[in-house]
Amino acid sequence: MTRSRIFLIAPLLVFLAGAYLVPFLGVMRWSVTLPQPGFGQYAVALSDPLVLGVIWRTVRICAMVTVISVVLAYAITLVWVRGAPVTRMVIELCILIPFWISVLTRAFGWLALLSNRGLINTLAQDLGLWAEPLTLVRNEFGVIVGMVHFLVPFAVFPLASAMRSVDERVLLAARGMGASRARIFWQVFVPMTKGGIFGATLLVFVFSIGFFVTPAILGGGRSVMVAELIWLRIFQSPDWGLGAAISVILMAGIGILLGLTMKYAKGSGK
Amino acid sequence: MFGRFTALSDISMTIGRGEFVTLLGPSGSGKTTFLMILSGFEAPTSGRLTLDGREMTETPPEARGFGMVFQGYALFPHMTVEDNIAFPLKVQGRSSADVNRRVKQMVEMVGLGGHGHKRPAGLSGGQQQRVALARALAYEPPVLLLDEPFSALDKNLRGQMQDEMRRIHQETGTTFVFVTHDQEEALALSSRIAIFEKGTLQQLAPPREVYERPANRFVAEFLGDVNILPVKDSRIEGRAIRLPEGQGAHLAIRPEYMGLALSEPAEGNALPARLTDLTYLGAGTRLSLTTGSGAALVLHMPTMRLPEGLAPGAGVWTTWEPSRGFLL
Repeated sequence: MTRSRIFLIAPLLVFLAGAYLVPFLGVMRWSVTLPQPGFGQYAVALSDPLVLGVIWRTVRICAMVTVISVVLAYAITLVWVRGAPVTRMVIELCILIPFWISVLTRAFGWLALLSNRGLINTLAQDLGLWAEPLTLVRNEFGVIVGMVHFLVPFAVFPLASAMRSVDERVLLAARGMGASRARIFWQVFVPMTKGGIFGATLLVFVFSIGFFVTPAILGGGRSVMVAELIWLRIFQSPDWGLGAAISVILMAGIGILLGLTMKYAKGSGK
Repeated sequence: MFGRFTALSDISMTIGRGEFVTLLGPSGSGKTTFLMILSGFEAPTSGRLTLDGREMTETPPEARGFGMVFQGYALFPHMTVEDNIAFPLKVQGRSSADVNRRVKQMVEMVGLGGHGHKRPAGLSGGQQQRVALARALAYEPPVLLLDEPFSALDKNLRGQMQDEMRRIHQETGTTFVFVTHDQEEALALSSRIAIFEKGTLQQLAPPREVYERPANRFVAEFLGDVNILPVKDSRIEGRAIRLPEGQGAHLAIRPEYMGLALSEPAEGNALPARLTDLTYLGAGTRLSLTTGSGAALVLHMPTMRLPEGLAPGAGVWTTWEPSRGFLL
């Protein structure tokens, strides 16, 4: 890299260092100094059933959200990239519009739809589909719905770039050899886009781990995820040390995950 | 007889079993469209396509059972060489023992022994080409369609692959229909060449006939160099000339059929000219001449038959056998 290019990215590096790295170093310091010096808070974090339970729930919800988001995004992207021109335009709008709506607005929107006296339950009751309101929100279901809704558009882009780079002639070749549509899809198209699937999965999973607003609103305090737990430790109780230790564990976990996947990706030549 | 077909602008062609037909023409001439119609990936707006007397105009490509080698090879990048070749066999539902046997056989036939476990990205262009050929021939299709298969290869490799292609064609006895814009390739490989221009078929004939007896001026000029001289009352530039049989106001002669003399020959066709340029090409030499009326001629002569001391500016005579020319 030449000197002039370093100069170009320098402002961003300075900003990142000032806004993220320095504060995070401060958080790391809290984790080993509050309430007294030592690694006691890490021991608590890794043995407290409440903390472990929240971490497990977070991983579980995020895994489900990731699988659902990537599968839905794959279908949408397929239509977006390979559909008729008009369809493409409609899909493109559907992918872009969510980016302009804040996460808070969307969470409350889902609340209005899913709550006991929300649109879905009232409509279903009026139509006689079910008598008692279904609990669609303030539980894991609501959290998953809200998170998937937020994350699908993010999964679309790596998938789209992978699908666009598929050589049409390879698909034609498979067809010319007599392969059925299902065989072409599963044995040719999907394997050829696995780099995109991999990228989308990683992006969505890492992104979902840190979700705060959506689980806080749609989980209604009943399905607390790790970001909310950290917030509770730091803002609602004097457990700064424990909150900091969980933060560091979370960062380390994501770092290890990224490291491993990078290594795997390099190994498989992608 | 393999098929009879009418499409593009009024094209009718019958290709015999085991033939090697080349579709040759400049880009945009319709040759690739014609191949795509044969393959079934494009449908003709009118016309019919039959195979062994069976109607197959409406048959989708997956049901035709033709082999196809695409431009750029279209190999499955995520599969090994062996898996690529096995793919069409698995589609046919053959037993795994049968698939393995056939794959091994094909890998040997195209000379890729030892490369079976590599992915396409790890192969050279020529090797990828061989995989594409093996994959397309693995299930013994009655017809193999090839869309400019050598366009990505360098010249030396092209020559090698052409020999290989001829050998495989003879070994398998499959009917080959081959699209190219390379004239030499077409002449070297084909049993017949179909010349396309602006969506119409200009000529369909064996290579020698297409080259030496082109149907029209387009074919004559498209296939190699040609000298074209206007003829009036059996005279060219005022000199009486013995003409070949045929009709036309122009005499066309290939550069390699024209000779050179330093003085007026006693008999035979000859025209006085001035040597304007001389390009040494090793075995041959390329000469540029200008006739008295200013027409430019090109001659290809074996270097060993070139008169000593010939230099640009010299006054010369160009000669040719009457039977070697053709009228257009």
